[in-house]
Amino acid sequence: MYTILEKRRLAHGIQEYTVEAPLVARAAKAGQFVVIRLHQRGERIPITLADWDPDRGTITLVVQAVGKTTVELEECFQEGDALADVVGPLGEPSEIEDYGRVVCVAGGVGIAPIHPVARALKEAGNEVICIAGARNQGLLFWLDRLSQVCHELIVTTDDGSYGRKGLVTEPLKELVGAGRVDRVWAIGPAVMMKFCSLVCQEAGVPIIVSLNPIMVDGTGMCGACRVEVDGQVRFGCVDGPEFPGDKVNWDLLIARLSAFKEEERCALERYRELLKEATA
Amino acid sequence: MIRKTQVPMREQDPRERIHNFQEVPYGYTPEEAIQEAKRCLQCKNAPCIGGCPVEIDIPRFIAHLAEGDFRGAIRVIKESNNLPAICGRVCPQETQCEGVCTLGKKFEPVAIGRLERFVADWERERGVELPPVGEPTGFRVAVVGSGPAGLACAVDLRRFGHAVTMFEALHEPGGVLMYGIPEFRLPKDIVRAEIATLQEMGVELVTNAVVGKTFTVDELLADGYQAVFVGTGAGLPRFLGVPGESLIGVYSANEFLTRVNLMRAYRFPEYDTPIRVGRRVAVVGGGNVAMDAARTALRLGAEEVLVLYRRTEAEMPARREEIRHAREEGVVFHFLVSPVRFLGERGELAGVECIRMELGAPDESGRRRPVPIEGSEFVITIETAVIAIGNQPHPLVPRTTPGLSVTRWGTIQADEEGATSREGVFAGGDIVTGAATVISAMGAGKKAARAIDRYLRERVASRA
Ligand SMILES: Cc1cc2nc3c(=O)[nH]c(=O)nc-3n(C[C@H](O)[C@H](O)[C@H](O)COP(=O)(O)OP(=O)(O)OC[C@H]3O[C@@H](n4cnc5c(N)ncnc54)[C@H](O)[C@@H]3O)c2cc1C
Ligand SMILES: Cc1cc2nc3c(=O)[nH]c(=O)nc-3n(C[C@H](O)[C@H](O)[C@H](O)COP(=O)(O)OP(=O)(O)OC[C@H]3O[C@@H](n4cnc5c(N)ncnc54)[C@H](O)[C@@H]3O)c2cc1C
Ligand code: SF4
Ligand code: FES
Repeated sequence: MYTILEKRRLAHGIQEYTVEAPLVARAAKAGQFVVIRLHQRGERIPITLADWDPDRGTITLVVQAVGKTTVELEECFQEGDALADVVGPLGEPSEIEDYGRVVCVAGGVGIAPIHPVARALKEAGNEVICIAGARNQGLLFWLDRLSQVCHELIVTTDDGSYGRKGLVTEPLKELVGAGRVDRVWAIGPAVMMKFCSLVCQEAGVPIIVSLNPIMVDGTGMCGACRVEVDGQVRFGCVDGPEFPGDKVNWDLLIARLSAFKEEERCALERYRELLKEATA
Repeated sequence: MIRKTQVPMREQDPRERIHNFQEVPYGYTPEEAIQEAKRCLQCKNAPCIGGCPVEIDIPRFIAHLAEGDFRGAIRVIKESNNLPAICGRVCPQETQCEGVCTLGKKFEPVAIGRLERFVADWERERGVELPPVGEPTGFRVAVVGSGPAGLACAVDLRRFGHAVTMFEALHEPGGVLMYGIPEFRLPKDIVRAEIATLQEMGVELVTNAVVGKTFTVDELLADGYQAVFVGTGAGLPRFLGVPGESLIGVYSANEFLTRVNLMRAYRFPEYDTPIRVGRRVAVVGGGNVAMDAARTALRLGAEEVLVLYRRTEAEMPARREEIRHAREEGVVFHFLVSPVRFLGERGELAGVECIRMELGAPDESGRRRPVPIEGSEFVITIETAVIAIGNQPHPLVPRTTPGLSVTRWGTIQADEEGATSREGVFAGGDIVTGAATVISAMGAGKKAARAIDRYLRERVASRA
């Protein structure tokens, strides 16, 4: 169950996992996510479905190591190992239609979750332009895969080590400013989605973002994932994760992401110490 | 001469127990149980049986117990209740069997719950007798949700000989018994033992299966299940809807308890899921959920825990024992108050503004409606708040099952026996009644099992 069939390093601290999960693979749609748990003492963390293969019964997850759980996954889970739990697909699928001309913006590890959305939009007949950005070239991945699911791919890096130098918001601003953009999708860090939303709002172009609040169950029963959209409290896991970006209370989302900062630091430190002891 | 009072049950000292998650009462010894059993009058009319939602033959089980025949006692209970170790601990006996006990008219009623608990624990320690599994019928039934409703339904379906697969959304089965009710009130080993019994009886268990997402009820029906039982509970947290409720430090009771019980956050960082509790904690609500949250907060290290309830103690829906335990442990009750907004500093909870209430005319529930007293607002400094004002039915299955009728409260419409508007689909427990009790959910599961059995043998068989 939930065996890791393939593991591939994509970039510094970013790994791609192909995991056996036939029921999820059969039902998955663009925009949805799974909740995984590494082992019996593990926490439940949400990861977006980057791809899936119903025939093979597998799903693809791309995970960036940022704290205890994701670091442990990267360091301690190899091909042949199994995750304790994978549940999904969760969340509402992306609303895919033929909108006309769509821009899909991905920041950092967001390249993985934007991939199925872009693919579905292209299949639905849209003209799809992708913008993928990262801090530097070493953090970019899947550019080949992304270029296959869009008509045009623009790449940016903060330091100019690859593609255009600068932030993803700059090409986005140019595109929406020039008109003829019917809808924008943005997936990435909260701050990046916030600024993409501001750009689109100014230009009057609808924007959909995929929110990443802290979750526990992922099925609507705890409310840990509550976000404020259009002045209303919504649950990220069941009402989302996609919401209109111009309606999101970003400051609240960003504040709530730091709810367990202290504990997260403590957990990572303890993990590193235990690992050191174990390998000493 | 009969004892006027119940044989007391020994408990952990409150000063000790607020530092651990071990169970509070120790349970009766065999001698204590026999002594208490002998208080029963063996009434001819036995009002206690009518007070029990699953009609356990109470005087008969107590008679066996009084004679020291514990095996005989547990057999009587299990004729009507599959989960006695759980019910003995969590049933609101004071409003059920013990509430109508003849002895209770003059003295303290027979401690029926404690006796039930005693015999169930006695049996678990000695090895549980598996209920007999019926001859295979060739029918397959899907049970959705593994709370008390699903568990009870699955056991009886196996007794009737049907093949049963139970689907659970979470990674561990048990429903509220696992994620809601804390270890110090219902040790999780007891719930796990019940699940193990179920599996020994041949129930196939599939965790991580969110029906409505992973697959739908209709897909199950198309996939070779001739009937589906929906026992998905009332797991959706309600919030107050007041400003500041999304500040860091405000939890729903479900989040708070799920982190602690299901995810074992009380053992962080040994377990990965964190929980944060400040020095001063306010719990909003007056039911079992509020008591559980308050007592959990104490055990997580809070120095002071306040319960804010908008009515008075007399209206509190919590079990009496829970209120007593909470008080002994130092929980402070504020009655006739209601939060109007949460106050924050740099995104984190720092206080709560409340308004005082008074009781007005009775509402639909027959309880007097609390009305705010204008101008009586005041602020309490707190660092953590837990909202425990009730749960709503889970909408996922109704929303993804075309033709399944729901009420305006979002509960699934079902008759006495659990039959819904969809042929072959049955439902019971909190998803039908709204948040209720373990025993009523269990009773509904049992009734539905009988109805499903009849449906399969009559309708489906005649079609074949
Ligand atoms: C719908 C959704 C989809 C996501 N998809 C991806 C993905 O495809 N790839 C990827 O690398 N990451 C994804 N994430 C983020 C990922 O869940 C977090 O990085 C992960 O939970 C961090 O756990 P940790 O223990 O390694 O780090 P921690 O040190 O615990 O946390 C690091 C940061 O991650 C966030 N976080 C912590 N716990 C949780 C939690 N239980 N749920 C959500 N966020 C949390 C917090 O902001 C925290 O500051 C997604 C998040 C959401 C909500
Ligand atoms: C904190 C707390 C304390 C309580 N204390 C008491 C008490 O002392 N005494 C008492 O009698 N009652 C008490 N109750 C109430 C009692 O627990 C419930 O009435 C009872 O558990 C309802 O049983 P159920 O089987 O209907 O649902 P639940 O126990 O809620 O179980 C439903 C199960 O279905 C699963 N599920 C939901 N949706 C899906 C889906 N789509 N697919 C698959 N699975 C799904 C859920 O994850 C859950 O495991 C308490 C409740 C809480 C929350
Ligand atoms: S009502 Fe009380 S005294 Fe009478 S049979 Fe029942 S438990 Fe015994
Ligand atoms: S994660 Fe629990 S309700 Fe969304």
